[in-house]
This record gives sequence, C-alpha cells and structure tokens, in this order.
Amino acid sequence: MATLELRSIVKTFDRTTVIRGVDLQAAHGDFVVLVGPSGCGKSTLLRIIAGLESASTGEVLIDGQRVNEVGAADRGCAMVFQSYALYPHMTVYANMAFGLENAGVDKREIRRLVDAAAQMLRLDGLLERKPTQLSGGQRQRVAIGRAIVRDPKIFLFDEPLSNLDAELRVSMRAELRELHRRLGATMVYVTHDQVEAMTLADRIVVLRDGCIEQTGTPRELYERPANTFVAGFIGSPRMNFVPLAALRAGLPGLAQGLPVGTHEVGLRPEHLRPAPAGQGLALTVQATEYLGAQGLVRGTLAGGVRLEALVDAQALPSEGGTLWLAPETGQVHAFGADGARV
Amino acid sequence: MNVLAFLTRTRGRRLDWTDALTYVYLVVGLFTMFAPVAWLVMSSFKTEAALAQFPPTFLPYTQKTVAVPGHDKPLPLFRVADPAGGPGATRELAQVSRIGIMATMVDPASPQQTVQVNIRERQPVQEIRFEASNYTDLFGKFTFGRYLWNSTFITVVATALTLLVNSMAAFALSKYRFPGRNAVFLLIIATLMIPPTISLVPVFLVINSVGLLNSLWGVILPAIATPTGVFLLRQYMLTIPDELLEAARMDHASEWRIYWRIILPLSAPALAVLAIFSVMWRWNDFLLPLIVLSKSEVFTLQLALNSFQGELNTQWHYLLAMTVITLLPVTLVFAFLQRHITTGIASAGVK
Repeated sequence: MATLELRSIVKTFDRTTVIRGVDLQAAHGDFVVLVGPSGCGKSTLLRIIAGLESASTGEVLIDGQRVNEVGAADRGCAMVFQSYALYPHMTVYANMAFGLENAGVDKREIRRLVDAAAQMLRLDGLLERKPTQLSGGQRQRVAIGRAIVRDPKIFLFDEPLSNLDAELRVSMRAELRELHRRLGATMVYVTHDQVEAMTLADRIVVLRDGCIEQTGTPRELYERPANTFVAGFIGSPRMNFVPLAALRAGLPGLAQGLPVGTHEVGLRPEHLRPAPAGQGLALTVQATEYLGAQGLVRGTLAGGVRLEALVDAQALPSEGGTLWLAPETGQVHAFGADGARV
Repeated sequence: MNVLAFLTRTRGRRLDWTDALTYVYLVVGLFTMFAPVAWLVMSSFKTEAALAQFPPTFLPYTQKTVAVPGHDKPLPLFRVADPAGGPGATRELAQVSRIGIMATMVDPASPQQTVQVNIRERQPVQEIRFEASNYTDLFGKFTFGRYLWNSTFITVVATALTLLVNSMAAFALSKYRFPGRNAVFLLIIATLMIPPTISLVPVFLVINSVGLLNSLWGVILPAIATPTGVFLLRQYMLTIPDELLEAARMDHASEWRIYWRIILPLSAPALAVLAIFSVMWRWNDFLLPLIVLSKSEVFTLQLALNSFQGELNTQWHYLLAMTVITLLPVTLVFAFLQRHITTGIASAGVK
C-alpha cells in the first residue's frame, strides 16, 4: 500500500514562484501523469515528492504520513531521471546494486534481486557492461531496473522517454504500462508529451504556471476539458477555438442552443464533418496535408478565424477552395470569456 | 622501423623547406635542453680525478691501472716512447713513484727493471669506465637512504593528503549551495596571488609554535591544501551532472558515500593531473624543507644535495650521482604521464 497526497504545495525560488498551491491525491496503484508545457513546474513538483527539493509551504504525505522533513533516501521513492543518471564508472550490475548496498542488504540477496530485475527487463546478458556500451533503450531499462530492485513505495519518472527515438518511445511506453500492471505500484510520471500522458495514465494532471488546470482520466480530459488550456493541450491535432460570432454566422441553430455565457466554442479537428453548401462553417482552404487515411485541412473562416479539420483523404479539397464543415452532434465544447467551460 | 618513420615525418608527401626548418629547430632545441642533462649523467659516472681534469671530457675516462707483482696497489699505466722499437714506437709502463719531473716506471711484464722517464714524455693510458661506486657509495658511506626515504615519505603522504583534502573542498564548492560559497571560493583562489616566499615566515612561525620543526609533518601539513588543486578539481567536478548525485541520494547513499563512490571515481582524470603536480611540487620543494628541517636525519634529497656543497670542499662525484637520482622520479613521472600533464596545464592554466 502506498498512497501519495500533496496539500497546497507552494515552491518559491528566490523571488519566482514555480508551484502555486497544488493539491493532489494518488491512491495505491495509480499511474498519475503530470503533464504540461515546459516551465509549468511539473518536474519541480516531482522533485518535491522525491525529496530532492523542499516545498516552501504545504505538505507531502506518503501513506498518510507527513514526509516533508524526511530525506530523499528514506521516503521510499525511486526515481528514473530524464538523463537516466546511470553511474558511468559502474557496470550495469553495480548500478542496480548500488542502492541495495547502501541499504545494507546482504550480498547474496542483492545478487538475487538484481538478477530478478534484470530478467524482467531483459538485461540478463548486459550486467557486466558499462552504461556507455548500451543503447538508449537499454540504458532506459537499467534506470528502471535500478528503481525496481529497491521495491519502492512510489515510482517517479521524470520524462524518461524524451531521449529515445520515436519508435523506441512507443515500445517503451507499452513496456512501462506492462510494468505498472505487473508491479501494481503507485507511479508518478512527468511528461510534456500529451500522447504519452494519454496512453499511460490512469489519471492525468494538467499543469500550467504551477497550478493544476484539471485532473481526470484521459477520457474525461479529452471529452470534458475544464478550460481552453486543457482543451488545447490534450488531443492532436489541436482543438480549434471559434468565437461565438463566427459560429453564429455559419451555424445559427447550434449557436442558439449553447449555454448562457459562452464566449467561444472548441471544435476538435477530428469531429468536423463536411456539410452541405450553405449549411455550416465556410472554410477557405489554405493548405492541405495528406496523412494516409485522413487529410488535414488548414484554412480560415470569415473574420480570419483559423481552423483545422481532419477529413477523409479521398475528399481532400483543393487549396483556395471553400469547404463547408459542421461539428458532430455533442462534440461542441463551450467556453466562457475567462476560458472556463460553461 | 616505426621510430625511423616517426623521425623522418614530413608535413606533406615531399620534404618541404618548412620541414627542414622544423628539424633544425627541433635538433637545436633538443641539443640545448638535453645536453646539460646528458653531461650531468655522464659526469656522475666519472672519478673524482676525471672530474678535475682539464680539458673536460664528455665520456667518463679513467686512467688504466695494472697490478704489478711486488706492489700492493695497482699502478697507473702510461704510454712511453720506446727507443728500442724505432721512431714512433711506444710501450706501456706502470708508474711506481714520481719525484719532481722524473717518474720511476716499470714494465708490467718485467717488474724488476725500473726506468726513469721525464713526465713530459709520457701519456696516461685511458679507458672508458663507468664509476658505479659513485652511486653505491651513496648508500654505504652516507645516510643517503635516509634522505631518499624522507623525500619519498613527504611526497607520497603529502600527495595523498592533497588529493583527499582538495577533492573534499572541491566537492563542497562545486556541488553544495551554501551562503558564502562564492566568497570562500574567491578567497581560496585569491591566495594564488600571494607568492609562497611572502608566507614563508608566518608558516615557519606556525610550524614552530605547534612543535613541528624538524619533523617531516612540518613539511607535509602546510603543503596539502593548495588553491590550484581546489580550483582544478572544482572546475572538473562542475562537469559531473547533478542528476548523478540526486540518483545516488535516491539510492540511499550518504553524502560521504556519494563523495567516495561517485565523485572521486568520476574525477579520476583531474585527480591524476593533481597527483602528478603534487608529486613534482613536493619532490622538488626546497624552500619549505630548508626552513623547517635543520637536522640532517630529517633532510630531504634536495637539502642533502645542498649540504653536499661544502664551503671548502665539494665532493662533486657524489653530488652529481645524487643529483641524477634526485632527477629520476620526476623524469619518470614526466615520461609516462606527459599527456595528463599537458591536459592538466591546459585545463587549469597552471604549471
């Protein structure tokens, strides 16, 4: 059992506030992903959980115990760093054994634990190598192995896949998911990549400027984003934002049905469908991208509002032409003047 | 073959005039720098008499001697004109004694018959002989072994302590954030501006008052904390990523363990450079031992060399042999570790 709770965490460096009051709960076995643009404080938050930074105010609780004053080593967390931070002068075995040695574990027990972890991560034949003799994916697995052997309460990942190439990233993502299923441990994962967040997380925490914008399952975030920031951040290609006036010009009926206080609406490119001429938004096509099954159309509405739509690749319009579009029913997100969902 | 290829290398494919110039420059440089050392080594194998000889020779020549029956000591051999053999013929005679300009000489083949020869009519018979006794005597006659031990002890212990103390200071200055860190670092660097001769008297007073005069520790302790070493190691440790330390902290490592297991092994190249510097500094140090060590049993080699130069009488053959032995360790260090030394000088800007 390992639960994690953050209570109104604030972190200030000199005079800049990086984290502005974050509350967060993770139940045992949760895979929580902290996601946000660079500089949003997600890595700092992770380091505060790890104990590598101390919170200026607020409390960190692990298993209901306040651990603010507990050192990084004694919190029972293990961390996988972005650069892997493998000890370059030690072999793979020594890298994985180092933590256990420090904890005073018996030599034979260390051997057993490291061998077991190596087997799980398919590192068996590599134990005597130095990190420089390994590929990116193998280093990544050693870094994870180093975390696993100590049987930590909570795993912390700091953008562990960002140094891998695209193909390897996809396969490592699947491996991490599998690892989480097998270990059943609580994991906190930091990334700036929303695809990674969507595929891995039980729960996503979207951060901006040191504040939580929204917490929820990937589905919740995608289907009911709390504000324009989350709506724009989650989903690819990015959600379109259309001012109410522009929507009213094309689809007066739809605009009529929106809640009071709606300032603009969010329309995901994949939810836009071709409509009969004169019965939708008139998009002046500026550019098209052929993606295989689908095509991305980029253009502007009347009034210069930019819009992107994913359409059937067979029906890709010519550049400079006009494409009539309407959103699928129920796929219109209404946002108020402050950006919040209404 | 490799040596030949190395020695005949050129810039391009053909011998350019710049190649010729380079070779001339290198040969002249080699000669001016290496000749005195070669002369020293050769002279250290000469006998006392050969050293006093004028004109001096490069190779260690000694007068040949022969054992002649009826004489206790071997007699020096001379080449004398042989009137019986016709003009230009010579024979070799041993000198028994000499009075004024006349020498009493004897043919080693027939020892009973003595001949009177004017000393101007004979030439000493010389042979090349390396006088190893210059070296062996050092260990027998003098407390040279003691000096060698003192020098070695000071060098080894001071170097080990230098590495330990400087790396700890550098670790703190490079990896911990604490108030006054930059001030402390600047203060350490600022001491580079003070010539050692300035602090010599205060150092002496301190050593005196803690009772370390005439103790090897009196030479070791003042020398172990060097600003150069701290600077060199700190600059190197700054390049070690902080994430490694954080990983180690997550791995339950104590700060001491991080220093010992992570920082020190990763600083090995910089430590090697500092070790080389320290060995050279301590081994060649003269001024500090001179004021701290005044009893001959605690002399270092450098001090012993100095004391060999008496006011009235200098035993040059021993002095030269001792100089060669004193040069050896530093020469070996240079020969085998020159690559590290050059990188060290390049990275720290010191020598």
